[in-house]
Amino acid sequence: MSQIAKPQRFSQYPAGVRRTRRFGQRGLLWREAVDGWLFILPWFLGFLVFTAGPMVASAAISLMDWEILTPPAWVGLKNFRQMFSDPLFFTSLYNTAFYTLLGVPLYLFASLLMALLLNLPLRGIPAYRAIFFLPSLMPAVANALLWVWIFSPDFGLANYLLGWIGVPPQKWLFDVNQAKPALILMGLWGIGSQMIIFLAGLQGIPQVLYEAASMDGANEWRRFWSITLPMLSPTIFFNLVIGIIGSFQVFTTAFIATQGGPQNATLFYLLYLWRNGFDYFKMGYASALAWILLVIVLTLTLIQFRIARRLVYYEVEETA
Amino acid sequence: MAQNTERHPAPLLPSPARLRPADLRRWVVGFAGHALLMLGSVMMLIPILWMISTSLKKTGQEWVFPPLWIPNPIWWQNYVEAMDALPIPFYVYVFNTVLITLSATLGTVLTSSLAAYGFARLRFPGRNFMFLLVLSTLMLPGAVTLIPRFLVFRYLGWLDTLLPLIVPYWFGGTAFSIFLLRQFFMNIPRELDEAARIDGASSLQIFWQIIVPLSGPALATITIFQVWGHWNEFLEPLIYINSMDNYTIALALRTFQNVRSQRINHLMAMALIQVLPVVVLFLFAQKYFIRGIQVSGLSGR
Repeated sequence: MSQIAKPQRFSQYPAGVRRTRRFGQRGLLWREAVDGWLFILPWFLGFLVFTAGPMVASAAISLMDWEILTPPAWVGLKNFRQMFSDPLFFTSLYNTAFYTLLGVPLYLFASLLMALLLNLPLRGIPAYRAIFFLPSLMPAVANALLWVWIFSPDFGLANYLLGWIGVPPQKWLFDVNQAKPALILMGLWGIGSQMIIFLAGLQGIPQVLYEAASMDGANEWRRFWSITLPMLSPTIFFNLVIGIIGSFQVFTTAFIATQGGPQNATLFYLLYLWRNGFDYFKMGYASALAWILLVIVLTLTLIQFRIARRLVYYEVEETA
Repeated sequence: MAQNTERHPAPLLPSPARLRPADLRRWVVGFAGHALLMLGSVMMLIPILWMISTSLKKTGQEWVFPPLWIPNPIWWQNYVEAMDALPIPFYVYVFNTVLITLSATLGTVLTSSLAAYGFARLRFPGRNFMFLLVLSTLMLPGAVTLIPRFLVFRYLGWLDTLLPLIVPYWFGGTAFSIFLLRQFFMNIPRELDEAARIDGASSLQIFWQIIVPLSGPALATITIFQVWGHWNEFLEPLIYINSMDNYTIALALRTFQNVRSQRINHLMAMALIQVLPVVVLFLFAQKYFIRGIQVSGLSGR
């Protein structure tokens, strides 16, 4: 960047370096620039080959008919038009939106509640923290298999426990109306990472604020609404953004647990994309789906940033 | 709340003369807190206990309803039988998974710390823009590049090898690891580099002899995070690998589901085998897991 040429940047150098002749200085600058590029070169090459290149290619392929074994044919916007007459596209979009609208707020609320509990000054908190985080370690495949077994209509733990409170056995993953809620419930078990992020946010709130509020006579409820929540708003916002991005890419649980069924009730967006790409080898259509996903996620993220500007409180860093 | 205090009357409390409302409130909060935390812990642990219990049941007993929590007899053989039931020896899957995990992790730690050093310490034209690219890939849904990446590896002839699961990580690792390491390097006093620079050290020497030795905790966090991620990874091996000889444990587990869905005890044993190394890692390196997650959260601020 241009500011590198400005001489005041060199004030950071110790005296010995600053005294070198102008020619030497420029040599040092040049040397540093070359070094800098060499250090980031592996990343930059990887970025070109595995991220930027594929994104451009994906855009191009989305305008083609290409079934891998046949040569690609240019079809313009056909793939995008086809989406509008593809009922499964809308089904997968609906399922994903359902999962996101119910799941993301639920996980946010539950993980915040857990973090608040784990932030109490009680004995044994490290042990509780480890236990609450333990399920998040579960690999996605093992996790999905476990929950299929828990939700088993005839022999599963879920129906057994419901039986205690007199609820009749449910069909869970085999029922069109219950499959999505069951998967959301299953996700509730693995919110440990969000909880840890909230916990870090809570521990970052300066204690003096609470002390000052207490002196002014604020009760616990008041302190929560007026200190904890505003101070935590950047963390809540972060978990929301990441949660939505992740939610739009839910795949493994549905792939293993339900294969999209029953009657496409758990056909999520990425699962549908995967099928088009790797079951039907419709590379063009799958790429078009991928770009629509990118547009959706980007739009949602931008909207959130827009809203956040008013609702999220960012501490202004003081220059000491 | 009122009920809780009644259940544990006076003796447990400080003497009435010194009992202030603040003490009472602290005690109630403590009691309710512990009660809720225990309830939560039970809910978190029950599925795992159920998993372990099922994995130790003799075939047939898993279909008993209401279920037995403690199997009788405790059937350890399930673990051996499950491994034997796989189409090829279990150590092949373990070998593949370990190979991928170790080499991809090594690549990430090495190349992402190089890039992070460049971003944190060296001034070069385009640096800010390049770092902006790193940050934007943090938010990019991986699904978008799924298809073209597959086509790239197909073009390179790498399909059905372990290369697509390893080589990309030797080119800068992940955006998250670059970001985390850069933040860490920025906090190392610059005077150290500059002193070495005056003594004639090159950038690489400074990186290797000053920055790396001071970055143990950050490098450990990246390592743990990568090991965890690669051990559990499912989508990528699913796409790139076809033949059984190259399967990872995660893929083996999925095959197992298809061929032996009736042997739920074997399935649970197998799943536990995949989980166990991660749990052991967590128990020994808990603080690195926590720190990694915290830093990923703080990146949003």
